[in-house]
Amino acid sequence: MKIIVCMKQVPDTTDVRLDPETHTLIREGIPNIINPFDMYAIEEAIRLKEKFGGKVTAVTLGPPQSLKALREALAMGVDEAVQLSDRAFAGSDSWATSYTLALAIRKLGEFDIILCGKQAIDGDTGQVGPGIASQLGIAQLTYVFRIISLDPAARLITVERLLEEGREIVEARLPALLTVLKDINQPRTTSFVQIREASKRTIPTWTAADLPEADPSKLGLKGSPTQVIQIFSPPMRKDALELIEADTVMESAAILADRIIAEKII
Amino acid sequence: MALLKIDRDKCVGCGACVDACPFGALSMVDDTIEVSEACTACGACLLSCPMHALSLVKGREPEAVKDLAAYSGVWVWVEQFRGQSGGISLEMLGQGRKLADQRGVPLTACVLGHEVGHLAEEAISFGADRVFRVDDPTLAVYRTAPYARALIDLVREYRPEVFILGASSRGRDLAGSVASILYTGLTADCTGLEIDPETGLLLQTRPAFGGNIMATIVCPYHRPQMATMRQHVAEMPVADPSRRGQVVAVETALEETDIATRVVDSILEKDTVSLADARIIVSGGGGVGGSAGFETIRQLADVLGGAVGASRSAVDKGWIPYAHQVGQTGRTVRPDLYIACGISGQIQHLAGMKTSRVIVAINKDSKAPIFNIADYGIVGDLFQVVPALAEQFRKKLQR
Repeated sequence: MKIIVCMKQVPDTTDVRLDPETHTLIREGIPNIINPFDMYAIEEAIRLKEKFGGKVTAVTLGPPQSLKALREALAMGVDEAVQLSDRAFAGSDSWATSYTLALAIRKLGEFDIILCGKQAIDGDTGQVGPGIASQLGIAQLTYVFRIISLDPAARLITVERLLEEGREIVEARLPALLTVLKDINQPRTTSFVQIREASKRTIPTWTAADLPEADPSKLGLKGSPTQVIQIFSPPMRKDALELIEADTVMESAAILADRIIAEKII
Repeated sequence: MALLKIDRDKCVGCGACVDACPFGALSMVDDTIEVSEACTACGACLLSCPMHALSLVKGREPEAVKDLAAYSGVWVWVEQFRGQSGGISLEMLGQGRKLADQRGVPLTACVLGHEVGHLAEEAISFGADRVFRVDDPTLAVYRTAPYARALIDLVREYRPEVFILGASSRGRDLAGSVASILYTGLTADCTGLEIDPETGLLLQTRPAFGGNIMATIVCPYHRPQMATMRQHVAEMPVADPSRRGQVVAVETALEETDIATRVVDSILEKDTVSLADARIIVSGGGGVGGSAGFETIRQLADVLGGAVGASRSAVDKGWIPYAHQVGQTGRTVRPDLYIACGISGQIQHLAGMKTSRVIVAINKDSKAPIFNIADYGIVGDLFQVVPALAEQFRKKLQR
């Protein structure tokens, strides 16, 4: 079973908060983590390998420091890692990111399953997984929270997806790309020894020159169809807090119920 | 290629942007700001600069620009499940109608499914001028490949300028696939869509960093300009049964044997349904104390006809299934009323609900961050306050 896991290094959003005065972001402390949803993808990839044998390769596209995220994945038990990093990739939107990752995955050769997190917590788009699957022309199974069965001989996978109205059980022919939810597993922790071993590993960095199939006009900022033209603070909540304090709980509840009814929601 | 432009004449070297960068890409070198390769052009620093010295480098016009003038009209995808269109589809028809009117073009709805003729009529009554009805057994249940193929074929033939979809699970799944194949821009999860009166471009506004910043995005050189939009942002249009429109029946290109996926079963869950669509959500957190405590939450939700939500800590402790989780690693919700009971208000939770219209916080700890974003609050034990509130609503609403 050849498994590829796509991951992204993101700022730990617990460290990103709003300055109440200037209404801008403030960052403090340790900045970067593996996107939490990708942790579940990495864990699921390793579990599939443990069950069916084979190899897990982690791929990331990012600035030079994203190497650290790949080392963490190696420490967890991923077999190989490839970093895609080049100034030519900088400024990629979700289209250019999918395009670049798909080219790298093709270069890696045959594969059975690609795992991605549902979305990254900085951009929140959830579009790169479907983008990669479409570029590669393979089935996509998004919002997966359980792999029910995997039959390598029949080349079939059955998963459970979480949708608005409930759950859906879908069967797909391999190769397939899955984007996974938090509920799928509990990612393992890594030991000091594993981290130390991973730190000794050489991780190849591929640049645009390593992707000869790439159309240079489709890479990075230049290849990205979308452009950010304005950044602004979200609108402030209009009213300050009204704290309801009556003599008894029942009186407070009565006042609160009146306030809510006056909002004409119910 | 540098992604961030610094106007050196305006920059006073105050360093405010250095602290604002979530990626640690900015540093102060000899009283001037340096941008490293870690910059992702997210734009978070732009607002921090008191001198307005920062701007994002814009992508250049590509050498081979599509014939943009050949693309015209606004399109909407009408999502359906078992022959019923969701509320989000109707909102998209309303939003699409507004954009079409701003642009002075017709609105087209794409209705895909099996035996969905009634949805074509419905789409016209909610604002569509033309409906592409793709009716085939292979489309009975949503699957990415046949749906994407049908839309891609339609776009290639009829060339819309703007194509919007609801940002539901299916809408995001489908839009990502379609935009990828068409090589066009897609802005996910928009909370605002309008036409720029000067350029005629679709201005797509969306939150990033868990709602801490808003970005307006355009797609200047690729068509169609695609976006998914969150539920409960656009106004629900009112049906006008007297509206007339054209229904165009379209054949599918794929046979069942061409499709790599098969939906084995769909399991409806009452609670998940209501959480996604709910106008009222009553949520419980660590303060609820256990699965039995969620009965108290549910009783209030039932009186109000709302859904039950939960914070990550309640879900992680196994008190309630993941499907109920609101927040960064759960669902993003935007109800009219969100009642947070025993939820402290971690930023990850706030990211999933802070755009709710009215927020009520009930918590023992008066310093809990949830009170910072709440409209109304009661400091107290939720096991006293919530039943009292349920009783008051029952009385006042005669339920």
